[in-house]
Amino acid sequence: MQEKGPDNVDLESIVKALNLKVRSGDDKLKTKVRGGYAGDLLSDVMGNSKEGNIWVTRQVHQNIVAVASLKDHAGIVLVQGAEPAPDTLEKAAKEGIPIMVSDMSGFEVIGKIYNLLNKEN
Amino acid sequence: MDDKPLYEGSFAVIGGNFDHAGEVSSGIKAILKRMGLSSDVIRKVSLVAYESEINIVSYARKGMIRLRVVPDSVMIETIDEGPGIPDIDLALQPGYSTATDKIREMGFGAGMGLCNIKSFSDIFHISSEIGKGTCLRMIIKTNHRS
Repeated sequence: MQEKGPDNVDLESIVKALNLKVRSGDDKLKTKVRGGYAGDLLSDVMGNSKEGNIWVTRQVHQNIVAVASLKDHAGIVLVQGAEPAPDTLEKAAKEGIPIMVSDMSGFEVIGKIYNLLNKEN
Repeated sequence: MDDKPLYEGSFAVIGGNFDHAGEVSSGIKAILKRMGLSSDVIRKVSLVAYESEINIVSYARKGMIRLRVVPDSVMIETIDEGPGIPDIDLALQPGYSTATDKIREMGFGAGMGLCNIKSFSDIFHISSEIGKGTCLRMIIKTNHRS
């Protein structure tokens, strides 16, 4: 799950389609999503994700904000009912990184986002 | 022509402090952005700086990250006071890690950091002394803009 995707998918349309809850960056939901990446190993995400990706993870600590910010991700989706730690939210607000959450499993979230991003290809 | 740096600075990193991990790298990224370097170069330097910073936080007591920008390249140099690396070839093998459980729980310590640094750098140099610390020097060339 990498790169590509139609240009008209923004965070807002993913939030709506998957009924995600927005925990930070609700002023940035017009950000275009260009592909996605899934992973809980931060070096894997650093090495392989791309600018504009939506990142699906189960990690909730504040270091995810640094990774998303350094890689210019469109946003982060936490899965399986995970909630961002308080200092993660603080940092996300400061860095302007959207964080969304879902009760669905990572598998389901990734599948749905993949379909949205590839629908019009 | 490499003698006169466009930017030169050093940043302290405290070992064990994961709350601030990544802040030096974010600062470096902001500096390069302000200087107008290409996004490709900024991405490479950010990754190299971040992985180096995480290594210092994970393993050393403290360290220093030096940034030097010259007309045709960006250099990241790190010097830490830490345990050193007994077997550098082994440490450079993908998947090899001496990280503690605490570090791994956060998603670090997958044995990918040094490999990432090496593959994102044009020139990579590592030296280490047991009981003293580890030095890394990475150069990312800026003159082959795409």
